[in-house]
Amino acid sequence: MSAMTRFFASRWGIILAGTAIGVLAPLLQYLGNPKNMGICVACFERDIAGALGLHRAAVVQYIRPEIIGFVLGALVAAYLFREFRARAGSAPVVRFVLGMFAMIGALAFLGCPWRAVLRLAGGDLNAILGLAGLATGIAVGVQFLKAGFNLGRAQRTYAAVGWVLPLLMVGLLALLVFEPTFTKDGPIFFSKSGPGSMHAALWISLGAGLVIGILAQRTRFCTMGAVRDVMLMRDTHLLSGLVALLVVAFATNLYLGQVSFGFSPQPVAHSDHFWNFLGMVLAGLAFALAGGCPGRQLFLAGEGDGDAAVFVLGMIVGAAMAHNFGLAGAPDTVVEGAVKVGGLSPYGMGAVVLGLVVTVLMGFTMREKVARGGAR
Amino acid sequence: MNFIEVDARGLSCPQPAMMAREAIQAGQFPIEVVVDTVTSRENVRRIARMAGCSVEVEPAGDGFKLTIRK
Repeated sequence: MSAMTRFFASRWGIILAGTAIGVLAPLLQYLGNPKNMGICVACFERDIAGALGLHRAAVVQYIRPEIIGFVLGALVAAYLFREFRARAGSAPVVRFVLGMFAMIGALAFLGCPWRAVLRLAGGDLNAILGLAGLATGIAVGVQFLKAGFNLGRAQRTYAAVGWVLPLLMVGLLALLVFEPTFTKDGPIFFSKSGPGSMHAALWISLGAGLVIGILAQRTRFCTMGAVRDVMLMRDTHLLSGLVALLVVAFATNLYLGQVSFGFSPQPVAHSDHFWNFLGMVLAGLAFALAGGCPGRQLFLAGEGDGDAAVFVLGMIVGAAMAHNFGLAGAPDTVVEGAVKVGGLSPYGMGAVVLGLVVTVLMGFTMREKVARGGAR
Repeated sequence: MNFIEVDARGLSCPQPAMMAREAIQAGQFPIEVVVDTVTSRENVRRIARMAGCSVEVEPAGDGFKLTIRK
């Protein structure tokens, strides 16, 4: 076990995790997932919110097995390697709000960092704006971290606390398998058209999710951390995983004939550059303050981190609000041969700006320096 | 021997690595860092090695103690 632990902690370990995602995500797209969305943590949590009826956007409703697999895969890996450690209590309500605004920012762009990279690997050049925004948001977060931003210490707690999110995922899996209808025309909702209706077979998606969950728990794969660690500590460890993801996903897409360069029209994307950028500034800042990208939060929740679980729930609620209030980006459409640029409603723009105000305020007001060293 | 002590228990990424890095840059050795997750242990170990330090790890209570020497 120890030699394996050493390998997974090495640069080759993180490259393996990025490679696995880079192969599996385009493959899931090939097998039915939406275009340039083989895996998108934000979009898939949004689909779950829709399936439960928390929002009623009929085209994005499905219980995505990949998300379930991520959490349960991380849980299995954490137990196999005796790393499951239930902990909680590091400003959970702040993490909830960060999760909400992270989702609102990500849905303005239409993707989490994973999907931003996957969109680029499929030729969607709007992703460049999204990734630039992400890096900018993380850079702002790094300044707060340098100034002492900290959400405080978590405490060790009952193992059962760490099991809450994994068990919720088991519950979601049951809803997916048995497809109950709770009220007439009511949930569980599964999209009949649009991205929500596009998915690989349940067990393939779940299997891919489990594999990625295990690998990512072992290697601590994190897209936000990849950028943050370079800015903060000149540490390129996590970055090698992110670069591997981009390169391998591009190669896999080429092989599968899934590359199409351009700005518009691109699948489930809009080409309003300013809001693509600013949406991801908000998401990047929220991820940086919360200490992990959406994927990483799922893996942390799987290994017992109750605070990461609260962030995940915040993201799901944020997705519901984004669609109920019309805050999410509208994709570009082609009307009679002409491209009609989508983008944000005025409310969506307002929500992104409000999110930036709130996250920056958090950055300024939660800077109590932790006791560094000294007596213990 | 006087140890510089860094208590990074309960803190999440990137705090433990930042605290270790700060202590290393302060230049007083040896440094003892206590952490409570394997992630923090590996992050602190990597940061110390990047700074050209030697690192010894031993279990301590719920977590680990890393002794960093230049």
